[in-house]
Amino acid sequence: MSVKLLMRESFEQHVDEALLLDCMRCGFCLSSCPTYLHTEQDEAQSPRGRIALMKAIREGKVEWDTSIEESFNLCLGCRACEPACPAGVQYGALIEQTKEAIQEVKPQKRLEKTVRNITFNHLFAEKKDLNKVVKLVHFYQKSGLQKVTRKIGFLKLFPPFLNEMEKALPEVPRKVEELTPVKPSTIKVAFFTGCLMESLFQEINDKTVQLLKLLGAEVMIPKEQQCCGALHGHSGELEKGLNNVKINVQAFDSDDFDYIVNNAGGCGAFLSEYEKHLHDNPDFAEKARRFSNKLIDISSLLINLGIIDYLKSLPLSESKVIATYQDSCHLRNVNKVFEQPRRILENLPGIQYREMKKADSCCGSAGIYNLLQPKMASNILNTKMGYVKEVNPSILVTSNPGCLMQMKAGIAKEGLSSKMRAVHIVELVYEQVHRVV
Amino acid sequence: MDQHIIQEFINIVGEKNVKMTTAQLLAYSYDATANYQALPDCVLSPRNTEEVSEIVKICNEHKIPIVPRGSGSNLAAGTVPNSGGVVLLFNHMNKIVDFDKENLTITVQPGVITADICSFVEKENLFYPPDPSSMKISTIGGNICENSGGLRGLKYGVTKDYVKGLTAVLPNGEILKTGGKLAKDVAGYDLTALLVGSEGTLAVITEIILKLVPLPKTKMTGIAYFNSLEASAKTVSSIIANKIIPVTLEFLDKKTIEAVEQFMKIGLSTEVEAMLIFEQDGDLAAVEHDVNEMTRIANENGAIFTKIANDEAEADKLKTARRVALSALSRLRPTTILEDATVPRSEIAKMVNKIDEIAKKYNLSIATFGHAGDGNLHPTCVTDVRDQDELNRVELAFSEIFEEALLLGGTITGEHGVGEMKAPYLEWKIGEAGLNIMKGIKKAFDPNNIMNPGKVFAKETKKRVVLQSVR
Ligand SMILES: Cc1cc2nc3c(=O)[nH]c(=O)nc-3n(C[C@H](O)[C@H](O)[C@H](O)COP(=O)(O)OP(=O)(O)OC[C@H]3O[C@@H](n4cnc5c(N)ncnc54)[C@H](O)[C@@H]3O)c2cc1C
Ligand code: SF4
Ligand code: SF4
Repeated sequence: MSVKLLMRESFEQHVDEALLLDCMRCGFCLSSCPTYLHTEQDEAQSPRGRIALMKAIREGKVEWDTSIEESFNLCLGCRACEPACPAGVQYGALIEQTKEAIQEVKPQKRLEKTVRNITFNHLFAEKKDLNKVVKLVHFYQKSGLQKVTRKIGFLKLFPPFLNEMEKALPEVPRKVEELTPVKPSTIKVAFFTGCLMESLFQEINDKTVQLLKLLGAEVMIPKEQQCCGALHGHSGELEKGLNNVKINVQAFDSDDFDYIVNNAGGCGAFLSEYEKHLHDNPDFAEKARRFSNKLIDISSLLINLGIIDYLKSLPLSESKVIATYQDSCHLRNVNKVFEQPRRILENLPGIQYREMKKADSCCGSAGIYNLLQPKMASNILNTKMGYVKEVNPSILVTSNPGCLMQMKAGIAKEGLSSKMRAVHIVELVYEQVHRVV
Repeated sequence: MDQHIIQEFINIVGEKNVKMTTAQLLAYSYDATANYQALPDCVLSPRNTEEVSEIVKICNEHKIPIVPRGSGSNLAAGTVPNSGGVVLLFNHMNKIVDFDKENLTITVQPGVITADICSFVEKENLFYPPDPSSMKISTIGGNICENSGGLRGLKYGVTKDYVKGLTAVLPNGEILKTGGKLAKDVAGYDLTALLVGSEGTLAVITEIILKLVPLPKTKMTGIAYFNSLEASAKTVSSIIANKIIPVTLEFLDKKTIEAVEQFMKIGLSTEVEAMLIFEQDGDLAAVEHDVNEMTRIANENGAIFTKIANDEAEADKLKTARRVALSALSRLRPTTILEDATVPRSEIAKMVNKIDEIAKKYNLSIATFGHAGDGNLHPTCVTDVRDQDELNRVELAFSEIFEEALLLGGTITGEHGVGEMKAPYLEWKIGEAGLNIMKGIKKAFDPNNIMNPGKVFAKETKKRVVLQSVR
């Protein structure tokens, strides 16, 4: 059978008609979509257009071709279209299903295949492997090789954007000093460490633990946990991802703790949807529900633990530096967390918080999107950096490792490294608290 | 479409402004109207009036249909290219051209988003009042061509009341300028008024001069719940009879309230049969007086609960039900069909009762909300496009609703326009004489019928069988 026919069948099988019909084509989502806005308002690159395409393929109204494939590939999966939608269309689920449908029929391009292969079959399938790679990266940084290869331009072999990303690779982690708790531990928290966070951003994870302890939480880190599965899900590999989902649900199924905390917006959103992914699995549905119910992001938990009062009790700082915040798309659009990080930033003693225009709009990182769609990702990043420059902060704060790397890349690209740095919110809070304690 | 013609288009607007991929043709095959879809042959994005004129000339020569399209949010299948041809976009023609504080006008290109005009002028303490619920995404060009209304229509009028002049490209490619920044102008026929609401069937609008008014100083909001439809309708009549013209006066029926409650759980009692939301703007003393009066009138007419908002946040909360009405309804079933039958405001209770009766008769779920102050109702049917039998019943029911509205001295559409969807009903409202003169006007403008063909005028008028079966 031809790809065209197979594709229609695959869409019929994977893409839920009822979810498609939720869309009333009102167009309210258009102005929230970064790809629509970055293509001079090409409706084929809009949420409404993509949903119409899914439906049309499914119904055989149009035949599969590269233009349709491009439309789906260009979607960031940022889900800004969801809060904008009055009809409650579950776009995130629809694009996941679409990617699955395509994945089943369509052989991929080489770059994508390589990235995918490394990502899914190795890096994120088993944490051990990821840690190995990270050790290599660290060796590479420590040994001075990094400087050398940067000079030789070894990474020029990769698409230009990878090059930018390479500049954004985190430095070797330093040891994080302990903070003395301000109150006795009253609450138990399990930490979902996240594979990228644990490997590339170990220091941020250590600081997360310290902040939680500071505010009276006892932190546990279940050993069996795996990568959350989000990257699989967003790339049509949901089946592979579901293994991880089950392992995690099992690993965290305990009455020993009150919260499951995470500090990566992208993971958090997917973790909160575990319940949805396992709802028809009799062995896991109940556990998944318990998991999702206990889940919380780090900013919200810090607030629940009283960080605002604690910050208010700290001595005021004479000099304040300007910081701004770039939302993590998934933390904002899926988990609806956007006030909490801002509240924390507004209360940091040495910080003057300034809101950036379009802070709620995707930075272009979007999982591995910037590797697969370097051109669009880089256009979106350029727009973003324009808004950053309007605020001209010393510190650009994020809530997700992907965003953090992207913002670092943006700062490097704009030649702003000498006067601006990108941090994870946990780093900034730790730094401010540590400074005065 | 002939490759030569495409090449000519490319020569005019440049290659990247000619969209022709499968994905793009599909993405411009629909609008917000349920169940209408057709592919165009190509999609063009001209950058100025002259380019529009050149495109139109080519289309006229080769008799190629032109479908001008703003954001495609209309609810009458007005931008569905049912005869193929060219879809014309205004994504490049989206600039504010002139802002004149002395003459209180703003001149814009058709692709500007309505809400952006409002926020632009409000910064200067000026006001562009027409506010269709879709204003965050609708274009001013779309508003002009549908003569869109909005929540503030009762006090401030609708789009046509703010259009002072137009630049339009006629189907032969000639560029027409009508009106101007003038307050008075009686030089010949009022072509501005003719083009407003013409739904892309007469000309392509390429520039618009809009009138502005001073921004009202304050605004206040109140609500009232009723346990009978009649009580709410009497309140509406009585407010107007007391010489109060509120800026908005919105109405929700029981089914809408139930859907809202199911969706939002805001604690609306099931006893509630109707809800009114009223708002006044202007100087503080007058606003306070009017809102208090409206509350008093509601109580006098048997409201079971009334409240006046203390601040903007509270006003927003009170308005939640109206704001989420369509969202809440759309979640009940897969397909939502939103109509806009309109009656004189004195007939609202009768009309809503009739709608309920008709829904029962055809075993359908139809909820009604809308602009009570101007009698513009939105009977909203939640259904499922996959159920052909039910769809047939929906069509019959709406035919009866239109018929009922006409009997009460109303119209088949108050603000959404005729498009393809209501074309078969147009004659019901305007009669044979009306239809003939409109067809004559169309012919005078567009003898080759290239401008948005198949819209406004249907091949055949729907038979008025409904009337006999009701009575
Ligand atoms: C959820 C929702 C709520 C709505 N609420 C309201 C409301 O409160 N009040 C109301 O009146 N309407 C409402 N509408 C209907 C719709 O938004 C309006 O009709 C709006 O004016 C359409 O604007 P648009 O830019 O989307 O135009 P489109 O839908 O793209 O086009 C509308 C018509 O104008 C023509 N056209 C567009 N631009 C030009 C041009 N430059 N030259 C010539 N012809 C042109 C098109 O051919 C078409 O016939 C609502 C729609 C939705 C989906
Ligand atoms: S806002 Fe929602 S219902 Fe409207 S077009 Fe977008 S996805 Fe569809
Ligand atoms: S997920 Fe983001 S990029 Fe994709 S359609 Fe929605 S808003 Fe656009």
